[in-house]
Amino acid sequence: MENAVTLNNVKKSFKDFQLDNISFSVKKGFITGFIGPNGSGKTTTIKLMMNLISQDSGSLTMFGRDHAEHAKHLKQRIGFVYAENHFYEHLTVRQMKRVIASFYREWDEELFVKYMDYFALPWKKKIKHLSTGMKMKFSLACALSHHPDLIIMDEPTSGLDPVFRRELLTILTEVIQDENKTIFFSTHITSDLEQIADYITFIHNGKIILNDTKEALNDQYHIVRGANERMDEDARHMFIYARETSVGFEGLTNQPEKIRRKMGQHTVLEPASLEDIMVYTTRSERYA
Amino acid sequence: MYILYIYNIFKDDKGKGKEVIVNILISNSSKEPVYEQVKNQIKQSILKGELKKDDPLPSMRRLAKELHISVITTKRAYEELEREGFITSFVGKGSFVAAQNIGPIQEKRRSVIERRLSDIAEESKNLGISLEELKKMLDMLYEEDEK
Repeated sequence: MENAVTLNNVKKSFKDFQLDNISFSVKKGFITGFIGPNGSGKTTTIKLMMNLISQDSGSLTMFGRDHAEHAKHLKQRIGFVYAENHFYEHLTVRQMKRVIASFYREWDEELFVKYMDYFALPWKKKIKHLSTGMKMKFSLACALSHHPDLIIMDEPTSGLDPVFRRELLTILTEVIQDENKTIFFSTHITSDLEQIADYITFIHNGKIILNDTKEALNDQYHIVRGANERMDEDARHMFIYARETSVGFEGLTNQPEKIRRKMGQHTVLEPASLEDIMVYTTRSERYA
Repeated sequence: MYILYIYNIFKDDKGKGKEVIVNILISNSSKEPVYEQVKNQIKQSILKGELKKDDPLPSMRRLAKELHISVITTKRAYEELEREGFITSFVGKGSFVAAQNIGPIQEKRRSVIERRLSDIAEESKNLGISLEELKKMLDMLYEEDEK
């Protein structure tokens, strides 16, 4: 399968944080969800992809080209949606649109007008007077209106109500009806990804913990609950993290078959949600 | 969480061809994985004859969009249906219901039911439940299902 973005041993150090030789790819034609707790390196990774900062070592290719060398060309192909406001506050929506449109060769005014209507955005309002949801919608309208091949979004759903979040997901599924389009978005609201994401990349403490299809994660990762008698040293090794209390244990495993064979009937196995995977994996690291 | 999606019109992507009504209901609280829910419901429609040979299935991407599930999930469902011989896929054309040899499948399912019924008959005799009583129970179960 073709990759839209490939990171190979990318390293970036800051005073108190580093991306530690991360490698992963974003598959072309699919939606990849980028998850991880706050401060795990999501935004840094996205900034690298956007060529806003450059890596200390390692390579980053986009559509098969080195992304720093072809930065100008590649930026035309990326639609970027950022959680925080990156517009000029004192401009009106119409003025801001003019500024943005001038950067893109492929700007499609007709499409932009369509999105403005669809999102019910006011042309004459100043950016600073828009609500969080409206700013997000405006940002999305701009990102989609120059026919990008890759849409990168940093926490697009944070600060949005469930109604619009659902709407956003529908728009994203609409976008990838064209199998040449790719979507990469970071979020800590994992339920948004539970439904529509094809691939999940999980970053924690500057390291990539998981990078797989959501289907594979659903098959593999399970929450196990059972009586304490069932738990012993042998079994503990099959868990990524287990919490034992006076009334039983609960843990996350990626070896459901082994557990089923060993613990048998008296335990309950359920597919783990992305949130379970994220929470339990980060806990196991904290106490390891 | 319990979310239900109903998708009920199968037609090819260009909107032509005949429309076939098929319901696919996805439950997010079910223990059955989503791909299996999709697979089994399409399979049922084929076995029941609602979907017939050469009927077009929606593209994987379109079905994923309509059901609000991931493309990989519909892909997996289609791949398994293909492996089991229920559909055939052509690159660039899409997926279609394959010719079914439903006879043997239905016969097999019938024999499963017969076997289970014989178990029930034996168990009933052991408990002293009469044939009449058993028939009444079955009547009630059938009616319940229809509600």
